[in-house]
Amino acid sequence: MAHAATAHADSGHVDEHHWTSTGLNSRKIAIWGFIGSECLFFASLISTYLVYKGKSLVGPLPHTESQCMLDGKMQTCEAIFEIPLVTFGTAVLLFSSFFVVLALYGAQKGDRKMLLTWLSATVLCGLFFVGMQVYEFYHFYHKGLGYSTNLFGSTFYTLTGFHGSHVTLGVIWLSTMLYLAVRGKLTPDKSLNLEMAALYWHFVDVVWIVIFPVVYLMR
Amino acid sequence: MATSVLEHKAPAIPHHYPKTGFWSWITTVDHKRIGILYGATAFIFFLIGGIEAVIMRLQLIGPNGKLVDPDTFNALFTMHGTTMIFLGVMPLSAFFFNFFIPLQIGARDVVFPRLNAFSYWVFLLGAIFINVSFLVGAPPDGGWFGYANLTSARMIPSTAAAPAPGLNIDFWVIGLQILGIASIAAALNFFVTIINLRAPGMTLLRMPMFVWMSFIVQILLLLAFPVITVALVFLMMDRNFGTSFFMPDGGGDPVMWQHLFWIFGHPEVYILILPAFGIASEVLPVFSRKPLFGYTAMVFSGVFIAFVGFGVWSHHMFATGMGPFADTFFSLATMVIAIPTGVKIFNWIGTLWGGSLRFTTAMLFAVGMVALFIVGGLSGVMHASPPADLQQTDTYFIVAHFHYVLFGGSIFGLAAGAYYWWPKIFGRLLDEKLGKAHFWLTFIGMNLTFFPMHYLGLHGMPRRVYTYPEGLGFEFLNQVETVGAFVIVLAFLLFIVNIIKTWMGPANAPADPWHGATLEWSIPSPPQEFNFPNLPRVGSSVPQWDAWRAAGGKLPEPVRVSGDDIHMPNPSYWPLMAAIGLTILMSSLMLIRQWDYWYAITLFGTAWLFFSVYRWAFEPTGH
Repeated sequence: MAHAATAHADSGHVDEHHWTSTGLNSRKIAIWGFIGSECLFFASLISTYLVYKGKSLVGPLPHTESQCMLDGKMQTCEAIFEIPLVTFGTAVLLFSSFFVVLALYGAQKGDRKMLLTWLSATVLCGLFFVGMQVYEFYHFYHKGLGYSTNLFGSTFYTLTGFHGSHVTLGVIWLSTMLYLAVRGKLTPDKSLNLEMAALYWHFVDVVWIVIFPVVYLMR
Repeated sequence: MATSVLEHKAPAIPHHYPKTGFWSWITTVDHKRIGILYGATAFIFFLIGGIEAVIMRLQLIGPNGKLVDPDTFNALFTMHGTTMIFLGVMPLSAFFFNFFIPLQIGARDVVFPRLNAFSYWVFLLGAIFINVSFLVGAPPDGGWFGYANLTSARMIPSTAAAPAPGLNIDFWVIGLQILGIASIAAALNFFVTIINLRAPGMTLLRMPMFVWMSFIVQILLLLAFPVITVALVFLMMDRNFGTSFFMPDGGGDPVMWQHLFWIFGHPEVYILILPAFGIASEVLPVFSRKPLFGYTAMVFSGVFIAFVGFGVWSHHMFATGMGPFADTFFSLATMVIAIPTGVKIFNWIGTLWGGSLRFTTAMLFAVGMVALFIVGGLSGVMHASPPADLQQTDTYFIVAHFHYVLFGGSIFGLAAGAYYWWPKIFGRLLDEKLGKAHFWLTFIGMNLTFFPMHYLGLHGMPRRVYTYPEGLGFEFLNQVETVGAFVIVLAFLLFIVNIIKTWMGPANAPADPWHGATLEWSIPSPPQEFNFPNLPRVGSSVPQWDAWRAAGGKLPEPVRVSGDDIHMPNPSYWPLMAAIGLTILMSSLMLIRQWDYWYAITLFGTAWLFFSVYRWAFEPTGH
């Protein structure tokens, strides 16, 4: 906000309309509080995944061959994960965090071209990641891993599904910002709107930084 | 930077937003009105929860009771607990959060007024949703903590009469999810409000103790509710999509539910009690004419209780056999919490010590709260010990314990707040004679009802069983308890009479009837829409006493000002619309087992929610 409350309590001259005790914008504190709350949400999902790791009664399993029900008969199924694809998706998502920083810089400087370029890149990266996840789920399903097939399937789909829905919400939020930017409404004094979306986007990325090694790499 | 408020004139309120009447309440974003809505709604649900309790007491008045059948009894104790916790005590606390956090920190409203309205509407719709279960004949019946297996759709045998598992538990699962969203939204709002809207000069260690305890509660809400959200999602999947999160037949572990539930559930008990601690810490100093004894110790003991409160959840689960290491850890952590709690109790006593005490109704309830909470706290320390707990768990001893802390603690604290703040909220003083009768009857009835439960529990009477045979020695004490329950009913009837009498009476309350210490007493009763014509300046934790001292012992009655030049946020109906969209979205999840195209309603609710949120986000607020 343009009118950051910098007035001091003792000066007797307080901008009453824009007064905040900390001098920080309230919406920014709110998004941090929300992120704190979300940490516990993902912590519960990740903990459950870890508690049930290796407890599946039947296959398919993430890293090893196993006996599983496929095409109506029990057979040996290959390991589910394909690390190269998800590694690429991870990289794309992490780069998008960098891109949104550039977009925010453009918004704050009033550099329209920079804002539009990098915000579009961020949205495209987000879309790519969601697409990768949809492909992955489809692919896993056809390799015999349904939602209720075993504990691995249930915990994996719930955890990564909730992460994916967070990414999707982030894409919708950033697309709204892109729409405002195209209409010329994301002026430097409104850049906090983008900063909020960017903070959320970074958080979603950070959660993936935990999920990727814990779920995909840890055997 | 020092722009005058005059430069920020609000655009004229559009004419379709009335200032009084039904629509003004539907569209209100005023924290005081939303507070009153919370209070009125919660009091109604508190009475419903009370009726459920009375039916149970009538069933248990003698052996082999025939008033209700076992299934109904299951529904009664489940809904009594769920109602009192989520629809009674929590929203009654929210009543005081809403009304008094902004007033006590010298703010004109909460930081996000429309989000505040959204929280209320989601709470109201969730509360109605979970009680609709009675109307369709499928009330939740798995206990308020819904242990796995009791809640499983697979464990309930299909019969010709009921070919599929009923919707009972689904109402509970979805209802709690809706209420959880309301709680998190409200908590985020108050969290930021307290951080960022304190009046100039109000440092953290000058905040009134009620604000401090409320602040801690908001943090607990933000960190505890996501955990039960996840647990309820797992349970919903187990019931509808054949997963095995809590099902042993698929490799899952029913105890996992208990862990997730109590990681939420134990912080939840501090969510229920800390607001009452805060209220008592406001009331006791004012009616002792002394500042709160050990202010800083009170703050840090509250913080400590909340912090350690996240590390004690498994003391609810000693009976699951976690092994000596876990038992020892959780037992010690639980006993450690007795230390900061003891600090608080001694500080309250220290506040009373040597004060010039005025035993108003508010004071009686506050002192009663301290006394009864000690009883509940002592039995709590008893079952912090695993061997003792193994004897006490699932008996009436536990029922006695948590009613002493939740009725004797929370309800007494909230009642103290009601008598203390009523004149500020409504501009009318509650009748003190009726109030004192209310207090004494509640105090006597409460002890008659819950004290004998200690003995019954230690003699082996299990909780949650719909009846007991003759000859076990349970008859007399159960009769006493039922009589006690009716004394409590009488007490709260007197309270309702008091409310009606006060309502009909004159608006007689001065701005500061009690000689209060905090900012809410510096403005007229009831406050004007904008609360403070000018932001107050604060120099200590007792600003009103400072002002009183500076004025030489007599303060003039504050005058009402026009306030036309003060910008207040515009009313909005989009919070209600968003809440309706969210409720449609959540309700559709009830239909998963019933209708193949349930997701059509999910999509409809989602679209409605998104539409409302976008209209909300782009609505002009006058900023």
